[in-house]
Amino acid sequence: MSATATDMPLPKARIRPGRILLWTVLFIGGMLMITPLLFMFSTSLKTAGQVYDLRLIPESPTLANYVQLLTENGFLRWFVNSTIVAICVTASNCFFDSLVGYTLAKFRFRGRQFVFIAILSTLMIPTEMLVIPWYLMSANFGWLDSYWGIMFPGMMTGFGTFLMKQFFETVPDDFLEAARIDGLNEFTIWWKIAMPLVTPALSALAIFTFLGNWTAFFWPLIVTTSKELYTLPIGLTSFAVEQQVQWEKIMTGAALATIPTLVVFLLLQRFIVRGVMLAGLKG
Amino acid sequence: MATIELKSLVKSYGRTEVIHSIDLEVPDGEFVVFVGPSGCGKSTTLRMIAGLEEVSGGEVRIGGRLVNEVDPKARNIAMVFQNYAIYPHMSVRQNIAFGLYTSKMSKEEKNAKVEDAAQMLDLTNLLDRRPSALSGGQRQRVAIGRAMVRDPAAFLFDEPLSNLDAQLRAQMRIEIKALHQRLGTTIAYVTHDQVEAMTMADRIVVMKDGHILQAAPPMEIYDNPVDVFTARFIGTPSMNILPARQTGAGMELAEGAPAVLAGLRPADLRVGETPQSGGMVLSGTVTAVEPLGPETLVHFETGGHAVIGSAPGHEIPAIGSTVTAVTAPGKVHLFDPETEKATGRA
Ligand SMILES: Nc1ncnc2c1ncn2[C@@H]1O[C@H](COP(=O)(O)OP(=O)(O)O)[C@@H](O)[C@H]1O
Ligand SMILES: [Mg+2]
Repeated sequence: MSATATDMPLPKARIRPGRILLWTVLFIGGMLMITPLLFMFSTSLKTAGQVYDLRLIPESPTLANYVQLLTENGFLRWFVNSTIVAICVTASNCFFDSLVGYTLAKFRFRGRQFVFIAILSTLMIPTEMLVIPWYLMSANFGWLDSYWGIMFPGMMTGFGTFLMKQFFETVPDDFLEAARIDGLNEFTIWWKIAMPLVTPALSALAIFTFLGNWTAFFWPLIVTTSKELYTLPIGLTSFAVEQQVQWEKIMTGAALATIPTLVVFLLLQRFIVRGVMLAGLKG
Repeated sequence: MATIELKSLVKSYGRTEVIHSIDLEVPDGEFVVFVGPSGCGKSTTLRMIAGLEEVSGGEVRIGGRLVNEVDPKARNIAMVFQNYAIYPHMSVRQNIAFGLYTSKMSKEEKNAKVEDAAQMLDLTNLLDRRPSALSGGQRQRVAIGRAMVRDPAAFLFDEPLSNLDAQLRAQMRIEIKALHQRLGTTIAYVTHDQVEAMTMADRIVVMKDGHILQAAPPMEIYDNPVDVFTARFIGTPSMNILPARQTGAGMELAEGAPAVLAGLRPADLRVGETPQSGGMVLSGTVTAVEPLGPETLVHFETGGHAVIGSAPGHEIPAIGSTVTAVTAPGKVHLFDPETEKATGRA
């Protein structure tokens, strides 16, 4: 069989029907995903009067919306709020989820399984159910309408802990034992040896957490009351409730809001690829 | 520089005891090799010396000091692992320098140490590479370098060559042995490969099922194994073990319950030599031959037993032919059939 196959002239990039089907499906999927983004961008270039003219290319594109949004105080404030919240929560998750995940993966202690299951079980409770306890907690502690109030529910997540635990389990014990013999303390072993070995997982966790918090809507809406503390998604909806729906402003804000997510993704994505290569080379 | 002593050392995992009260004294500067089949407890023993496993009973002493409760880092030992355990996110230089992580030396001193180690291990040109750009042998040398810079009291090696191909393994054996000769540091080395044990050790410790069967210099073990297991484990091909009985002058094959087990090393079972009085003579049909160059291994069957003998390199018997093989008097190892313990020679 293989002999005849190699004897045959190489097929000229034969296009198989399966391929065509695959491409078609992928193309349709791609279009479905990108169309809203295109309309967002297109709408952001229109004036209020042109918003319901659904042409993709605006008749007379204008940057007026951008200028207005970026010079108004509210938008920049929200943007900064979102940035602060997303960065703090992401950093906190990367640190604490990893620390707990590492402990669960690499140390044997009484109650380990119980702690792990307790953490896992938080994954099964929907946010909507947690909002009331969170709110009561914030109210009692005086955290309502503050940065900490927005951030605290997400500072550590069961999902992140679980993810990091699974990845730390793939780190061979030899690395840690070698470091132990070299005289590092347990914290340094985690920080200097184990963490660099799980950069792919860490990057993925950072991307998920950042995006999740950047776009978070439900909880920030509930916990904030003053406009100065709105995050971007909440701020943008205020364009809809005040007089009428100002689609062009919402879309402009949304377009600007995608920039940090793109930056984060492009920055961290490289680490994911590089990390995977590293992982493939060990011992 | 230090002695290592194990006294009635026991290790249990839960209720399962895996190391059953072993005793061993390793004098300062000795290269001792723990050898035995997989799962016999070699690594566990080594890890207790290193402090990576808790001691369940007995004592571990390094340099005379009881270290049962001492942290690995305070034992002043260095360890090299089977899969190197060099950190993939650091350069070779950083990896080697990591052995000095807690040392209070100045930066210059540390650098000098790293350069020295690199030179000794022929890694100077690779210092700025990442481990991913190194071969297996080079990686293992980096791991050895990281161990060396510490000037430890003892080196512990856990199957350091198992991941290397045969040729590299042979080369690294020589390098590690040369290193030991130069540094003179006590080395405890674990392997399941009896060739490594024979070629490198000052003293071999044969382990089985959590017991030490024999601890002696390589040729002593080869010449006077204490039991059938050790006899078959050390030396390739393995010693032939046959049921036998004493005749007037020598030994012959026995049927039924044997009076004694006769152990014949293939190298001592000479095919084609003329029988003398005494010793043991076997004849049988050749089933396979393995010409190795200087000698030829001859597999033959005698009285229902598969036996390996050796013939001179150019005298290769035909398969199916009948051969006679002779073991000279004094070269037949005798073992008790019940206990399998050595009882002497004939
Ligand atoms: N963490 C552990 N828990 C339970 N049993 C173990 C553990 N580590 C090793 N063992 C058992 O101890 C015995 C000796 O293991 P080991 O020292 O690794 O053998 P070797 O290195 O000689 O191949 C084996 O039977 C193994 O199953
Ligand atoms: Mg082992």
